[in-house]
Amino acid sequence: MKSAILQTATRYLLPILLLFSFFLLLRGHYYPGGGFVGGLVASIAFVLHSFANGTESTMKILRYKPISLIPIGLGISALSVVIPLLFGLPPMTGLWFEQPIPVIGMIGSSLFFDLGVYFVVIGVVLTILFTISLEG
Amino acid sequence: MLFTVLTGLITSSLLVPFGKFIKTKWSILLPFIPVLLFIVYLLYVPDVASGTNFLQHLPWVPSLGINLDFKLDGLSLLFALLITGIGSAIFFYARTYLRGHQYYDRFFGYLLLFMSAMLGVVLSNNIITLFIFWELTSISSFFLIGFNNDNADSRKSALTALSITGIGGFFLLAGLVLLGNIAGTYVISDLVAQHNIITSHQLYPLFVGFILIGAFTKSAQFPFHFWLPGAMKAPTPVSAYLHSATMVKAGIYLLARFTPILGNTDLWNYTLMIVGGFTMLYAAIHALFRIDLKAILAYSTISALGVLTFLLGLGSKEAIVAASVFILVHALYKATLFMVTGIIDHETHTRDLTHLSGLRKVLAPVFIAALLAALSSAGVPLTFGFIGKDLIYEATLHAPSHLALWLTVLAVTTNVALVAAGFMAGIKPFTGKLPQAYEKIHLPYTSMWLPPLILAILGLVFGCFPGLVGDLLNHRTANSIWGGETAMHLKIWHGVNTVLLLSLSTLAIGTFVYLINKPSILKLAAIEKFNRISPQRIITGYAYDIKRFSNWYTHLFHDGYLRSYHFKIILFAELLLGYKLWLSGPISIDFSVLTPPSWYEVVIMLVLLGALYIIVTTKSRLTSVVSTSVIGYCICLMFVFYSAPDLAMTQFTIDTLTTVLFVLVLYKLPSFMNFAKKGILVRDAVVALGFGTILALIALRVLYEPNTTEISSFYGENSYLLAKGKNVVNVILVDYRGIDTMFETVVLAIAALGVYSLIKLRLKSSEKE
Repeated sequence: MKSAILQTATRYLLPILLLFSFFLLLRGHYYPGGGFVGGLVASIAFVLHSFANGTESTMKILRYKPISLIPIGLGISALSVVIPLLFGLPPMTGLWFEQPIPVIGMIGSSLFFDLGVYFVVIGVVLTILFTISLEG
Repeated sequence: MLFTVLTGLITSSLLVPFGKFIKTKWSILLPFIPVLLFIVYLLYVPDVASGTNFLQHLPWVPSLGINLDFKLDGLSLLFALLITGIGSAIFFYARTYLRGHQYYDRFFGYLLLFMSAMLGVVLSNNIITLFIFWELTSISSFFLIGFNNDNADSRKSALTALSITGIGGFFLLAGLVLLGNIAGTYVISDLVAQHNIITSHQLYPLFVGFILIGAFTKSAQFPFHFWLPGAMKAPTPVSAYLHSATMVKAGIYLLARFTPILGNTDLWNYTLMIVGGFTMLYAAIHALFRIDLKAILAYSTISALGVLTFLLGLGSKEAIVAASVFILVHALYKATLFMVTGIIDHETHTRDLTHLSGLRKVLAPVFIAALLAALSSAGVPLTFGFIGKDLIYEATLHAPSHLALWLTVLAVTTNVALVAAGFMAGIKPFTGKLPQAYEKIHLPYTSMWLPPLILAILGLVFGCFPGLVGDLLNHRTANSIWGGETAMHLKIWHGVNTVLLLSLSTLAIGTFVYLINKPSILKLAAIEKFNRISPQRIITGYAYDIKRFSNWYTHLFHDGYLRSYHFKIILFAELLLGYKLWLSGPISIDFSVLTPPSWYEVVIMLVLLGALYIIVTTKSRLTSVVSTSVIGYCICLMFVFYSAPDLAMTQFTIDTLTTVLFVLVLYKLPSFMNFAKKGILVRDAVVALGFGTILALIALRVLYEPNTTEISSFYGENSYLLAKGKNVVNVILVDYRGIDTMFETVVLAIAALGVYSLIKLRLKSSEKE
């Protein structure tokens, strides 16, 4: 499926979609969005790129195997569950910074939890799709 | 007390990294662990003998009433001393016995684990922790029995032992939980206080039955006895430790411990008497026909366990004292005989009685140990066994008058067989002419023959001076079982009375039986003819049938076709949901409540129906996949119209990705499409239509359920206050139900790993071809 139009388009679509997915992730706590949808959109971005340029070249952009995103994501989520324990609170208690950070907004432990979900989703979707498309 | 339990567990796990040092020069350290613990428990003796009980309480899961409660009373102390004392002898012995073995470190790891578990069983004052340690003994003994893991027989015996004791453990847990729930406590000392409430409860027969099955399987009572002879495949130190002195006695311990809680009822007493009485006679007679030394010992052990069960069943003061004394008597002589057998096996490489004779000339100290043990087992005066036997007869004679005669006859017959069996194992190999082949045998290392000798001599010492152990055994141990005052003096000489006459005639007849019963293969073959109707055959046959059934059942549902999995899952869901719907009565749809459809809803419905038509009629896979995704998008639009943007977004992306996945998979499939037969098509259509209809009906029904808004208003009000989020859906996902989400991501990760490894692994195997 080599199409010049699609190849050119994905060159711009990939960063835009990734940015959009991150935007979805960040706004999740206040407006529609969140880590799950964000992760799905990000994986769609990579899938689109792999359709236009072949899976090998997408893997090259990613540098690391997508499967390595799974433990990273699970680790971040687990950390956000465990960290409140250090403050003597029950696990998964939401911790928040007092002041909002510019651009990003309020930062709390549940954002990290969502970030973990985001990475796991990207890792899972890309692992499944790329494994099948490369070797199936 | 927790410390003593943990010592073994910790050392056992330390052997994983440091095992290689133990294999070589530091192995001498190992036996000092049980020795140390033995000394610790010896120090408790004066206090416990004067009537003090030690308690320790450590909260573990207090909300469920499960705590690390330990209690040291007479009964626990007797067992703790046996476990650590015999353990010390065994550790010294095994260190030499297994010298240079490949898995030397592993063996001691298992042995230490077992010792700790056993200590845990006898010290626990909480029935749930008792159960946990109980299972741990089964598991560690599984590894010990199957220690020679390159031998198929050994593995099979280990599995048999584990499954029998495992089934028993399962029943025991059920019984214990029932008991705990009825009494409202899991603490043993509190349960004792509720004896009347427990024994008069209507479920009493049920949980007593369960607990007894647990104890009988562990203590190898008929009809579960057959795992014990099989377990003799283990290295001899293991048989000596687990299958004579400790593990099999765990069941006896349990019965003794529960006597003050459950005992003193007809059900309890008669069951124990019947099972124990039958087992002791059955196994004692079986022992006479064996020619393998270890088999003789195994059957005589089963018989001795039967005696103990029987005595606990008698339940009188005399019987309890007799049981307490006999536990020690039996542990001392049986462990000795096992270790002697181990030495014989080690030196001559056979345990066959028809070949062994005259070994006294080459193994003199071993012969002394064996002789003393055999005499103690026979109950010759001045040995500890004599006192034990006296007490047993005293107990049967003091039984209710209509039973006394029969029980005494039963006990005498069993003991006659046991006397002969003990002589066969302890004296037969050493007497007669020494065959030429064995002339060059030399005595093994001191550390191998000294432990059995010490145990045997102890049997003699306690026999001559019963006062040494008398206080502990008949006051405190029996007292923990009996509940009241049990002071009976252990005496060497009672004067000439019925008991003495019985004792002496048992000895005489037993010796006579020994002299006329020449072990031979023919007799063994004769008794093995009965194997066809033995419980072993029946139970293993039953286990085989279960295996076949589960095999058939698994293949029925796991035929490897995705389509058949889907079909079964959906059909099952349909039946379940349909049944529930049918139960909930007729459904009426009030169209006036529904909002009239708007034009865009009509348009979406038309698109949806068109896509459906294409899916059903098309001959191309790709077209049908694309049409499916059209349906998905239509549903997305519905979500948008009904203002569920989160759902719509997720559905949209998921739909896209599934379509891609579908296409990727279909792309690899062969291009032709194999159409199903008409009948199958119709069947699938019916199932599909049924499923759709049921879901639609459920959706309609939901509309008529009373609309409670409590939950949604709770989330609405609190999501910003508590979780600082305005998007309730997301707050639920990451905050309220965060743990759910966490595990869902883990499930996703597992799915991805599954796909990854399935495909990679398949590639590898094809590369090999």
